[in-house]
Amino acid sequence: MAQILLAIEGLTVSFDGFKAVDDLNLYIEEKELRVIIGPNGAGKTTVLDLICGKTKATSGSIKFKDSELTKLPEYKLVQLGVGRKFQTPSIYENLTVFENLEISYPKGRNVFGALRFKRDDVVLNKIHEIADMIFLTELLEIQSGLLSHGQKQWLEIGMLLIQDPELLMLDEPVAGMSVVEREKTAELLNKIAKGRSLIVIEHDMEFVKQIAHRVSVLHQGKLLAEGSMESVQANPKVIEVYLGH
Amino acid sequence: MGGYSLNDLMSILVMQGFSGLSMFSVLLLMALGLAIIFGQMGVINMAHGEFMTIGAYTIFITSSLTNTYFPSLKPFYFIFAIGIAFVIAFAVGYVTEFLLIRHLYKRPLDTLLATWGLSLIMQQIFRSVFGGREVSADLPDWLMGSWKPTESIDIPLNGVFVLVMALLVCGFVALLLFKSQWGLKVRATTQNRIMAGAVGINTKLIDRITFATGCGIAGIAGACFTTIASTSPTSGSLYIVDTFLVVVFGGAASLIGTITSAFSIAQAQSILTFFLTSAMGKVVTLLTIIVILMIKPEGLMKNKVRR
Amino acid sequence: MNKYLLSLFKNKSGIDLLIISLIIFVIFPLSMDIFRLNLVGKYLTFAFTSVGLVMLWGYGGILSLGQGIFFGIGGYCMAMFLKLEASDSVSTAHQTTPGIPDFMDWNQLTELPTFWMPFHSLTFTLFAIVGIPIIVAYIIGISMFKRRVSGVYFSIITQAIAAIVTILVVGQQGFTGGINGITDLKTLHGWNINTDSAKYILYYINGGLLILTVLVCKYVASTKLGRLLLAIRDKEDRVRFSGYDVANFKVFAFALSAVISSIGGAMFTLQVGFMSPSIIGIVPSIEMVIFAAIGGRMSLIGAIYGALLVNYGKTAFSESFPTLWLFFMGAMFIGVVMFFPEGLSGLYVSYAPKLKSWFEKKFIKDKSLTNSSVKRAG
Repeated sequence: MAQILLAIEGLTVSFDGFKAVDDLNLYIEEKELRVIIGPNGAGKTTVLDLICGKTKATSGSIKFKDSELTKLPEYKLVQLGVGRKFQTPSIYENLTVFENLEISYPKGRNVFGALRFKRDDVVLNKIHEIADMIFLTELLEIQSGLLSHGQKQWLEIGMLLIQDPELLMLDEPVAGMSVVEREKTAELLNKIAKGRSLIVIEHDMEFVKQIAHRVSVLHQGKLLAEGSMESVQANPKVIEVYLGH
Repeated sequence: MGGYSLNDLMSILVMQGFSGLSMFSVLLLMALGLAIIFGQMGVINMAHGEFMTIGAYTIFITSSLTNTYFPSLKPFYFIFAIGIAFVIAFAVGYVTEFLLIRHLYKRPLDTLLATWGLSLIMQQIFRSVFGGREVSADLPDWLMGSWKPTESIDIPLNGVFVLVMALLVCGFVALLLFKSQWGLKVRATTQNRIMAGAVGINTKLIDRITFATGCGIAGIAGACFTTIASTSPTSGSLYIVDTFLVVVFGGAASLIGTITSAFSIAQAQSILTFFLTSAMGKVVTLLTIIVILMIKPEGLMKNKVRR
Repeated sequence: MNKYLLSLFKNKSGIDLLIISLIIFVIFPLSMDIFRLNLVGKYLTFAFTSVGLVMLWGYGGILSLGQGIFFGIGGYCMAMFLKLEASDSVSTAHQTTPGIPDFMDWNQLTELPTFWMPFHSLTFTLFAIVGIPIIVAYIIGISMFKRRVSGVYFSIITQAIAAIVTILVVGQQGFTGGINGITDLKTLHGWNINTDSAKYILYYINGGLLILTVLVCKYVASTKLGRLLLAIRDKEDRVRFSGYDVANFKVFAFALSAVISSIGGAMFTLQVGFMSPSIIGIVPSIEMVIFAAIGGRMSLIGAIYGALLVNYGKTAFSESFPTLWLFFMGAMFIGVVMFFPEGLSGLYVSYAPKLKSWFEKKFIKDKSLTNSSVKRAG
């Protein structure tokens, strides 16, 4: 039986009384690729915000391996092995692709470490390896602001991969991508899922079918259904939420 | 405080409290204008103090003109002059937004520098036109007296007038912001500029009028200022740091917060000034605020928003 | 670091550095009398602050409106040391209490305040000039950046701190010399700093320290830390979610700029011979920002030109048209953000290649020599 990597229990957050996430339980296994779907305002992005510490929970617990995440500052979470890609590509547009990856390289993370940081062969090899995975080898010296929208999405995924996280969270990774780019991304996600757990938020059902091991459906901050893509799509409650109103 | 009896202390507290109220009123009006501009638009206006000075000089000019041409109107001019002060400061603010501010909306730190430059230019204009020395307006007699509820307490009427003025403006702004069509549009623009534009709100005009209104209220603050002190080209700049602290301390987008923080800052300064020196009173007050802000950076009031 | 120094002189920024060094060390001393040179030396002490602001504001995106405080810390530390040396019991024998600074005597102080005591020692003073700004910047920085106070809030609060410090210095006359500051400074370990030869020496020390500062900053900017500062400026959240404690990097930039300003302040006192609150308050602090802005907020060397140019302009204008100067200063603030956000260095970067190619077309026919290009501001 697979080990549980992330255990979310009784997670609740309220904004001025409005519960965006309400008593949520969610378990992610090691090396699992989980997709979270749900209508707008279901609380999907908020769940990711809560896991990575961007938003503080009102109550409940998030356990990652043996650590309680709700009490830790963001940078410590990342150092534990939790990576997060934002909905709109969040890269350093004034730096080159190479520099973007270099900054994300998990060494020299404190002030004096950063002063002493050297571009040695280990770093260079890793950067080239990642660049290869995210289809950007040819563009390493390009200023990243000049990349296409899809390439920016890949770069951000690469910036997370270079940290070798055990849990990777991607918020709408194929938004704004062409069909070809979508297929390449599906291939990329399936490849990286072999070594780690992934949580992906996505609206594109075709894409979800290509990648998901299991699917969780959120609605009004609560877990509505969970299981394989087929079972979820057949679930009457899910159908009602998506088509009912 | 060994030298004072309990009775003395009470009188001191009441009188300093009332002199604090004048300062509270000016500070409140200044902060109200700034809070509208900063809270609603995110713009830092370092020249805000100079808009107050515009209001103060307007009172001075109106008073001189009345004395020269319509001496019989002297008892009433002040009321009209406040209106004129608002209109002039509003107009200058309108032009400023058009020429300067609107080009810098996405660069708050640059706006800060540019408006600082504007404040230097405005100060120099005041100096060239009115001279470097302090001037004061002739106040109508009914503003000059004082009210003596007990033997040792002496409350100046101008302070009471200014306080009423400030509260009226505050109430009016609250009505405008929360009950009027305009206020709805302003709040909509603050919360979601793109969406507000999409539903047909002219966000550019809203910005311009919001900015100008903030400046106009600073003009009223200037009018009130003339009742408690005389005006010089740099009068406004002396208030700018305090005003910013009031706004930040109050929590940028909260009207109640602004009022509370203006009140506590003015009162603390006024009462401390009596027991320490005026400079040390100010130091202690400002320092306290900064320490509080370091502990609680969101200020007194905060809107919880889902980000 | 050695490798880095070598690389400097292979590229264009090395040439820029060479040019400014030539101007400071050769052209100015040869073309001016000592009075004017001393004035330039004073301008160059402000250049320290603007160089620090390039690191803090240009790279880190943090606008401090309180750099005058740090300039003042260095300046006052040095002034306290010099004042104590000038107040020996022989030359102050006529005072009610001999052996203490004259302004203390005027303010009825009868003994030296405790916090003045250590400033009898030059070693302590030098440590204080470097150490105190770091400690102060650390305390302010940690308490603000850890709680995510940033942007305009940070600017406003640093400005308020500048206001408080100034009021305090002016108000506590007996301890600080009040509005007049600390004046009548004479010797440093017996060496008279008011002679022409001392002024020359101090000018060169000042210039040397300034170039050294630029080198150190260039080095910092060339490391991963420099790129991280840029990254924090542009996408703070991404950096945080890449595993960095962003606040620490901001504190570092703030402390770095603070030390640099403080050194400038100490050199100011040495060259000008006094220190007063008029140089540390709100107005001078924000003027220091405009030096950096005029030079180009991303250009370390531009910051030096900015400080020289604006201060020269101020002196020249205030002598002949004092009213025009404020208009001009105001226009500079507005103009530099509206029309030239990259300042002088931006103009240089965009026009130098055009000028160069024009020059080459006109005078040099051999096209093979003209393939170098300008990439980044120095």
